[in-house]
Amino acid sequence: MIETRIDRRFVLLKEQGRTALVTFVIAGDPDMDTSLEIIKGLPGQGVDVIELGMPFSDPMADGPDIQLAGKRALDAGQTLVKTLRMVREFRKDDADTPIVLMGYYNPIYIYGNDKFLTDAKSAGVDGLIIVDLPPEADEELCIPAMKQGINFIRLATPTTDSERLPVVLNNTSGFVYYVSIAGITGTSTPDPEKVANAVSHIKNKTELPVVVGFGVKNGEHAEAIARGSDGVVVGSAIVSVIEASLDNGKATDKTISSVYKLVSELSAGVNRATA
Amino acid sequence: MNTPVEPNSYRTGPDENGHFGIFGGRYVAETLMPLILELEQAYEEAKNDPEFHAELANLHKHYTGRPSPLYFAERLTKHLGGAKIYFKRDELNHTGSHKINNCLGQILLAKRMGKTRIIAETGAGQHGVASATVSARFDFPCKVFMGKTDVERQSPNVFRMKLLGAEIVSVTAGAGTLKDAMNEALRDWVANVHDTYYLIGTAAGPHPYPELVRDFQSVIGNEVKEQMMEAEGRQPDMLVACVGGGSNAIGLFHPFLDDTNVQIVGVEAGGKGLDSYEHCASLTVGSPGVLHGNRTYLLQDTDGQILEGHSISAGLDYPGIGPEHSWLKENNRVEYVPAMDDEALEAFQMLSRFEGIIPALEPSHAFAEVIKRAPKMDKDQIIVMNLCGRGDKDVFTVSKALGVEI
Repeated sequence: MIETRIDRRFVLLKEQGRTALVTFVIAGDPDMDTSLEIIKGLPGQGVDVIELGMPFSDPMADGPDIQLAGKRALDAGQTLVKTLRMVREFRKDDADTPIVLMGYYNPIYIYGNDKFLTDAKSAGVDGLIIVDLPPEADEELCIPAMKQGINFIRLATPTTDSERLPVVLNNTSGFVYYVSIAGITGTSTPDPEKVANAVSHIKNKTELPVVVGFGVKNGEHAEAIARGSDGVVVGSAIVSVIEASLDNGKATDKTISSVYKLVSELSAGVNRATA
Repeated sequence: MNTPVEPNSYRTGPDENGHFGIFGGRYVAETLMPLILELEQAYEEAKNDPEFHAELANLHKHYTGRPSPLYFAERLTKHLGGAKIYFKRDELNHTGSHKINNCLGQILLAKRMGKTRIIAETGAGQHGVASATVSARFDFPCKVFMGKTDVERQSPNVFRMKLLGAEIVSVTAGAGTLKDAMNEALRDWVANVHDTYYLIGTAAGPHPYPELVRDFQSVIGNEVKEQMMEAEGRQPDMLVACVGGGSNAIGLFHPFLDDTNVQIVGVEAGGKGLDSYEHCASLTVGSPGVLHGNRTYLLQDTDGQILEGHSISAGLDYPGIGPEHSWLKENNRVEYVPAMDDEALEAFQMLSRFEGIIPALEPSHAFAEVIKRAPKMDKDQIIVMNLCGRGDKDVFTVSKALGVEI
């Protein structure tokens, strides 16, 4: 398929000998304007790939932090239409930083798969991670997305054995997201050594970069995980910082600055791993 | 308007990917995929193992008390003045509902698969009680996820589960009902895949659950076929059952799906009325979407967010429906209609007074439809209704709704 911003970013990172910092926030948390301002500033804090969560009423694979963030966004009126609008706004000032939309299938299915892919592509979306669309359902969204030039990024997990791995890697593009724990987001902390082994196992089977997420909470974790992978994803920790900054559920003057403070620590951690 | 093509048989689904037409499927996180494939394989093996069937039949007979009677409701038949009304009395089963049929089948599967821990979701608590029961019987630790609202309104069942040794997790997310309990059970499963068997209580969820729950519940319809021949020398004209997720209904309906002269009616929870948001009539006013591992009719908004339902009956309080029911609706084999909270309450009281049987609020919805249909039918016609649960658990809810202090 055609080269995307994700492909170009990982080529650049390789040239620079760096590991990617990938950050996740829920679109519209705690409100759309604040959320847009947060993502606009992320590249300046060292973020290489932005994962933007599409809030869903029933986030079955998420822990309490991201569940609450999704609820805040939905309560503030976030919809998939608005999430695509945020991407379009972001693209006005940033033509290079890849954006991956992450979430659950139903809001896309209701939006209409073809219409969604067309609108997402034109808004400037580069990749999709749809938690509840396994390879068995590739015909529905994965293959049409590839045809549109949008990467469909798959999760490999600790339960993905050698027999299952080729199924997971088939039709995956952009990068492979290794879920470091068997569990939901933001709960337990992964063991860096086990993670590095799993990553190298996956890398034996694919040319794609392998990034690692679930359970990375601070700069030190990020550094340890970065040593054995091509990238580190941080989500729940950032979302918790947003929550802690709120006053009665509303953004305060600390909301954006506290996110950037954590993100710059994470970035420093990832850079230490590559130094 | 497209007329759906009538299939040669309504009983061949699902296909190898778990689809009933466009419905069903396996929409789950990758962490769960290997487990779901493993379960599918284990179930295929069990299906072809006569020992598995023999063990299950033995438990049905000596532990549950099957076959459950097919009872002619003489006084109600006379009172309503039309069709002959029969009740399939699955409320007489051990644990008080049809849920035990499925739990026994699945606990034997869990044992075969070498799992050591059981989790389950529950709404009314009937499936939770049945899960706790079979877990006690087969010596598994059992954790039951139950919405906070349901914990409060079904307190007798909560205590029963505790007596049986189960741990109850009260789920506060959302409206604290069955949908939220199922989310939380799925989260637990993802985190404990190595040893845990998820005992789903309704004919929904990712493939193969809708198929295997249906198969385990089909004992209901299969017995009715035999008992009806004995009682009347012929098959009934109409089947009626309530649908929440739809396990008791599919269990009664499935053996009859190809007997196209048998009219089949599923009754959804109409709650406080379909013009409000406070109902669970996903087939009547919902639309197809993807939730809890399958594509099916859901109550949802225009952004694809799932709505909170409402029903006086905790067991019907679910914004989705088993995927096979969605398919049976689309091809018009089964008619789905709503019954409101107040109609169910009235039916609850009528059944108690005329037949001396206190039904659960769930089958009271089915009976509300029988009250409407029976008088319009001829006296030589026959209705079989699945009386899928007993009402002991509901006496507090009903007394509150009727404004009676107990």
